[in-house]
Amino acid sequence: MAETHHHAGGGDPLPPVIAPGHTYASVTATIADVVLKRPPDWRWFLGMGAASSLLLIFGGAVANLLLTGVGIWGVNAPVMWGWAIINFVWWVGIGHAGTLISAILLLLKQQWRTSINRFAEAMTLFAVACAGMFPLLHMGRPWKFFWMMPYPSTMALLPQWRSPLVWDVFAVSTYATVSALFWYVGLIPDLATLRDRAKNKYLAMAYGALALGWRGSGRHWARYKTAYMLLAGMSTPLVVSVHTVVSLDFAAGVIPGWHATIFPPYFVAGAIFSGFAMVVTLCVPLRSWYGLKDFITDRHLDNMAKIMLATGMIVGYGYAMEFFIAWYSGNPFEEYLLLHARPFGTYKNAYRTMICCNVLIPQLLWAPSIRRNAVVLWVISIFVNIGMWLERYVIVITSLSEDFLPSSWAPYSPTIWDVATFAGTIGLFTFFIFLFVRSLPAIAIAEMRELVHETQHHGHGAQAHGEKA
Amino acid sequence: MPQVFHPSANTLSRVVLFGLAAGPAALLGTMMLLVRSPFQTQVGVVREQPVQFSHEHHVKGLGIDCRFCHSSVETSASAGMPPTHTCMTCHSQIWSGSPMLEPVRASFKEQKPLAWTRVHDVPDFVYFHHGVHVQKGVGCAECHGRIDNMPLAWREKPLTMEWCLECHRNPEPRLRPKDEVFVMDWTPPEGSGLEAAREANPKSHVEVGQLTNCSICHR
Repeated sequence: MAETHHHAGGGDPLPPVIAPGHTYASVTATIADVVLKRPPDWRWFLGMGAASSLLLIFGGAVANLLLTGVGIWGVNAPVMWGWAIINFVWWVGIGHAGTLISAILLLLKQQWRTSINRFAEAMTLFAVACAGMFPLLHMGRPWKFFWMMPYPSTMALLPQWRSPLVWDVFAVSTYATVSALFWYVGLIPDLATLRDRAKNKYLAMAYGALALGWRGSGRHWARYKTAYMLLAGMSTPLVVSVHTVVSLDFAAGVIPGWHATIFPPYFVAGAIFSGFAMVVTLCVPLRSWYGLKDFITDRHLDNMAKIMLATGMIVGYGYAMEFFIAWYSGNPFEEYLLLHARPFGTYKNAYRTMICCNVLIPQLLWAPSIRRNAVVLWVISIFVNIGMWLERYVIVITSLSEDFLPSSWAPYSPTIWDVATFAGTIGLFTFFIFLFVRSLPAIAIAEMRELVHETQHHGHGAQAHGEKA
Repeated sequence: MPQVFHPSANTLSRVVLFGLAAGPAALLGTMMLLVRSPFQTQVGVVREQPVQFSHEHHVKGLGIDCRFCHSSVETSASAGMPPTHTCMTCHSQIWSGSPMLEPVRASFKEQKPLAWTRVHDVPDFVYFHHGVHVQKGVGCAECHGRIDNMPLAWREKPLTMEWCLECHRNPEPRLRPKDEVFVMDWTPPEGSGLEAAREANPKSHVEVGQLTNCSICHR
């Protein structure tokens, strides 16, 4: 394993990817008991209560939106895309870390993905579910959404294939489907474990039905591995292309501040940046509340912090290039927007806070002591989440609010319904997360058992981990 | 440990798997069929009218030209519904005591138009122009069917956009010489069919390439 080489040196103060002393049984028991044995405590009820309240707000906001129209939002004539699109891009971006962890790190044979991939994939699914709300809700006539699909209609019409918004439909729906499949395929052996451990007959039947009769035979495993690798191979280009398509919503436009060829890679980097920030935001409380620190160790936090630092630097490079090209191009509109309006104009606070959150604060992650301090890292990840939301805010709002014609300049401010809809999707997300940790194993049990096997029986791996035991 | 599932679950799981595939497909298929069925398009559905007016009697039986009643069909967007006065041209003298025509006489007396139920009603975002179709050689029967055989009017064609575009993409087979437009039982002369229509086409300036632009109908 590639991972074992670099800490075999002995001087590495980091814990291994799984705390020593674990057996197959202890791994299985620790993870499965969260679902099967532990009764939900006050933190779960508090969280679920808060999430459900936000979900009710979401229902109210959507009902008002459908009854009254999109005019209840703060969008106006130059700024026709407001919080809805900002939130859409933000949520889609968050989802991408899940796929990166489950697919790309799998292809790169990174052992440390094992204990975080399951809930990161769940996070992807729930984030994509939240993201998917906005393209539907921000339509003036959401009940006509199926006109974006190519189907044999009585109008003899197909969607306009040249619009990135149509590509969005395909990108996001494919992404949601493949992520769900990938997640489910990964869950099958674990569902079988839960089936076998469940004491309640009906619970055993529920997990048994979902496990599709998994018996864990050699033939099962061989096919499972092939399918899992194939799905990982398919998800990897998907994760890059989906956020590229999302970035083309802007980059294909002619608006100064949008029409930039750097957008596809810079958006993907930003997606991974914000996605990892959300994984950290979720896994720090998860591991401490459910006693999973043996599996999600400080090594995981350290590695995730490094990825956040790397992608944060790419995002910083993106900001610098936008700035540089605005000056280098000599285009007065681009120059005005990037060099004057964003840093010194109406929205200067959003822009400056964004730079602080996304470029300056992540620089702290160069220090190993900060990377391994769960609380500090958690706070930094919150700042990154805020910063990446502001990045989309800056791109969408500032570019639209002051573009080519000064006669069509108008400021944008959100209404209470913009806020309620966004808060509502946060409720939807957390609702699903709380449901997930209670009903499905938050860590891939089968893969953890494999990790135990590798660390105990794999030649140099055993040695390396043995030292730290 | 007892088995979780009874052997019958094998059958059940096959049925469920089949249902997961067939269910959505059947649902979509049904919807596709439903929007093209008379339930949605009203093809062949006879609507209740204030007077049991028979095209069969007036057109086939009496040989009245379409334009006698639908007088603006050659020039304006609407073919026009005849006012009560048109009916009374004859029916002040003929069948003047018929109970069937009582609503017509009442309308005439009270100066209140008859409230006919529209059989061919396209949405208001569609700007259909009768005049241009008649001028370019689209016969009445192409769209309205053999109205001379209808005792009560019904819709012969679905009036979907799909149906309109079918002809706008390939009008020739449906065009006829201009002086045959109002002939109900016109058929293309033997062997001439398409060729005759293609020849006539340039003369009537039907530019097929433009016929499917949105602004043709959705102004």
